[in-house]
Amino acid sequence: MNCIIIDDEEMARAIIQQLCSQVDQLKVLEEFSNAIQAIKFLNSTTVDLIFLDIHMPDFTGFDFIQTLKNPPKIILTTSDKNFALEAFEYECIVDYLVKPITLPRFLKAIQKAESTPDINPQDQSESETTGISSGENDLYINIDRRLIKIDIPTILVIEAKGDYILLKTEKQNYTVHSTLKKIEEKLPDDLFLKVHRSYVINTKKIIDIEDNSVLIKKDVIPVSRSKRPELMKRLNLL
Amino acid sequence: MPETPNMNYINELSAGSEEFKQKIITIMKKEFPEEKKEFLTNYNNQVFLKTAENVHKLKHKIGMLGLENGYRVAIDFEDELKQHNSQLFQEFMLILNSIENFLKTI
Repeated sequence: MNCIIIDDEEMARAIIQQLCSQVDQLKVLEEFSNAIQAIKFLNSTTVDLIFLDIHMPDFTGFDFIQTLKNPPKIILTTSDKNFALEAFEYECIVDYLVKPITLPRFLKAIQKAESTPDINPQDQSESETTGISSGENDLYINIDRRLIKIDIPTILVIEAKGDYILLKTEKQNYTVHSTLKKIEEKLPDDLFLKVHRSYVINTKKIIDIEDNSVLIKKDVIPVSRSKRPELMKRLNLL
Repeated sequence: MPETPNMNYINELSAGSEEFKQKIITIMKKEFPEEKKEFLTNYNNQVFLKTAENVHKLKHKIGMLGLENGYRVAIDFEDELKQHNSQLFQEFMLILNSIENFLKTI
């Protein structure tokens, strides 16, 4: 497996290099002291695995993951156990190593990475089935003065929250200063439907429907009586 | 009896590579005084969140030198600083001082 190391601490990079040197199937292509340099590198090079520190100044590990359209497998390295829950919201994260990292724990993480199937090919085919041509799949949202790219077909539901909207995707949730009306205009009509004054849903993500609600992932979304006929029209009913 | 820093983790990691061991010692000797200095500056200026970040960085070195209790103190102190509280300062300083003395011997 080709890998890269991203960590602002020289000490941490040296340790991961040393651990990698003890595993035959790992080849370290490059190491980076900040995530921006790594993004540039990844624009031209494909890697199988990234060792990524979460706690870096300016641009955290999670910020970095959000910039990647098709992230490779990632092993997080951190001195903080508190991010574990957040980490497992990302499909690409295969393990979470707490520093100082020991060799047995490192080897276990590598085994996990090897046994985890690649997620990217599946992601691509899912995008193709939506019928949206490449280039129209992206939506950029503004969070803390950063523009974060969202793959539109991965959006599950958008909920109005006062002056904000809560945008839930397969990987993560985002709170954005915007309105449902504004975001609705940016989304393809054939995928998204406003089913309630506070909710826009991705109709392809519906798991089941009851009288006045739909289930999307684990969320039960209310459906207004006036919106129900339009919703039913969209479904391929037997 | 207070715990003392040791090289067990670094020795184990080096797998007999003297070059790696020396590299780690060199980085440790270079970074530790800088990180301690920055920690004290931020602490004295009562910049709690920055101080917590400094403790976060130092925590890795404390763990690497086998200070298990010291590592736990660092976790608690980091959390404490994020709440704008610094009761563990003296205890944390003892850990830093023991590392400083240890680094003079290697």
